[in-house]
Amino acid sequence: MNACRLAASNLACRKGDRLLFRRLDCAVEAGQALQITAPNGMGKSSLIRILAGLARPFAGAVERNGAAGLLDERPALDEHRPLSNALGFWRNLDGEQDQALQELGLKALMEVPVRYLSTGQRKRAAFARLMGQGAPIWLLDEPLNGLDTQAVTVCEAMVERHCNKGGIAIIASHQSMRISGMTELKLADFAVTSSSAEDPALSSESVI
Amino acid sequence: MSALWTILRRDLAMLFPGGGRGGGSLLPLLFFLAVAMLYPFAVGPDAPLLAKTGGGVIWVAALLAAILPLDRLVAPDLEQGFFDQWALRGISEEAVIAIRVLAHWLSFGPPLMVAALPAAALLGIDGNALRIVEIGLLAGTPGLAAIGVTIASLTVGLKSGAALSGLLLIPLAVPLLIFGAGSLSTGSEGGLALTAALSLVLVAITPFAGGAAIRAAREN
Repeated sequence: MNACRLAASNLACRKGDRLLFRRLDCAVEAGQALQITAPNGMGKSSLIRILAGLARPFAGAVERNGAAGLLDERPALDEHRPLSNALGFWRNLDGEQDQALQELGLKALMEVPVRYLSTGQRKRAAFARLMGQGAPIWLLDEPLNGLDTQAVTVCEAMVERHCNKGGIAIIASHQSMRISGMTELKLADFAVTSSSAEDPALSSESVI
Repeated sequence: MSALWTILRRDLAMLFPGGGRGGGSLLPLLFFLAVAMLYPFAVGPDAPLLAKTGGGVIWVAALLAAILPLDRLVAPDLEQGFFDQWALRGISEEAVIAIRVLAHWLSFGPPLMVAALPAAALLGIDGNALRIVEIGLLAGTPGLAAIGVTIASLTVGLKSGAALSGLLLIPLAVPLLIFGAGSLSTGSEGGLALTAALSLVLVAITPFAGGAAIRAAREN
């Protein structure tokens, strides 16, 4: 897991004809955790997808050293299959790695079809998929949604352990997470307000 | 390579009966047999007429049966985030789509060829015509599967994709139908070779067209 790194320079993101943020620079080194905070609709999820390489930024570049694992609101587990099979599919792709089933409290749910799981249970199953992937860079989009207090503690501990082992965690969430050494990136600082149209090349008016 | 095998196994488990995609191949099959059964009722018990037109009816029924599973072929995987997770693991959309074509064909092509036997009996088709129908289906169904997966990928972001994909598939499938069903009237195998050639071209294009469509759908 050594020497993973994620750096973004001069990022801008456009949704439709609206510029969500711009001139965003950030660099995350191995062992660091970064929380992205912003009000709804500011582009947290879009930023996560850009950092993952799943969406193209409107401007700027992302430099990623190391595999990325993504956890968002879609667990990517087959609805009709029992949890053991759904997670087993990813284990076949990722290789035999610890999915932390015991810690996440999923052992008792292994025979339950995914469609019967609650929101929180799905989120925990998605965490198991992420653990099994063994990627050094974790990109978490609202990881605490639907989790109960005990599961929140478990997941915070997992993220902290991941960073202590030299991994990177980037968390987009409006909830506060207790992870030691976590820095915060306020997306609102890079937002484009209607008064800040001084740069015609990047203003949303010129985009239309 | 083992990753692709894992994905193929999942695709097959999804598309075959008992899988998660609404009965999978069983429904198109029953639909196909239902058309073959209803046709004699509609036309009447005129054996020479049935035998003359039956091959064409089998082809049209096969084409319509291939449309049925289209809306569940690609869309659920995009909605549930599977394509994102595959991309993060370095598995390209092209590879996934190529596997999906194979799995889709396996789930309806061979079963349709088997179902063509009772359908031929219902329509009173003779041995030689049945042989040409079977070879034609073998040559044409991979092309139908390829068109189906392409269209399922292209309409993946649309809410009313199901009806639209049926409308889009029909004109694209016309060449296959002309050469496949057309060789019934000539009784020769020249048209079948053209059907197979068309199928090969379609199968070769589909991974690239489908992969590009999936990536475009993800940007939104």
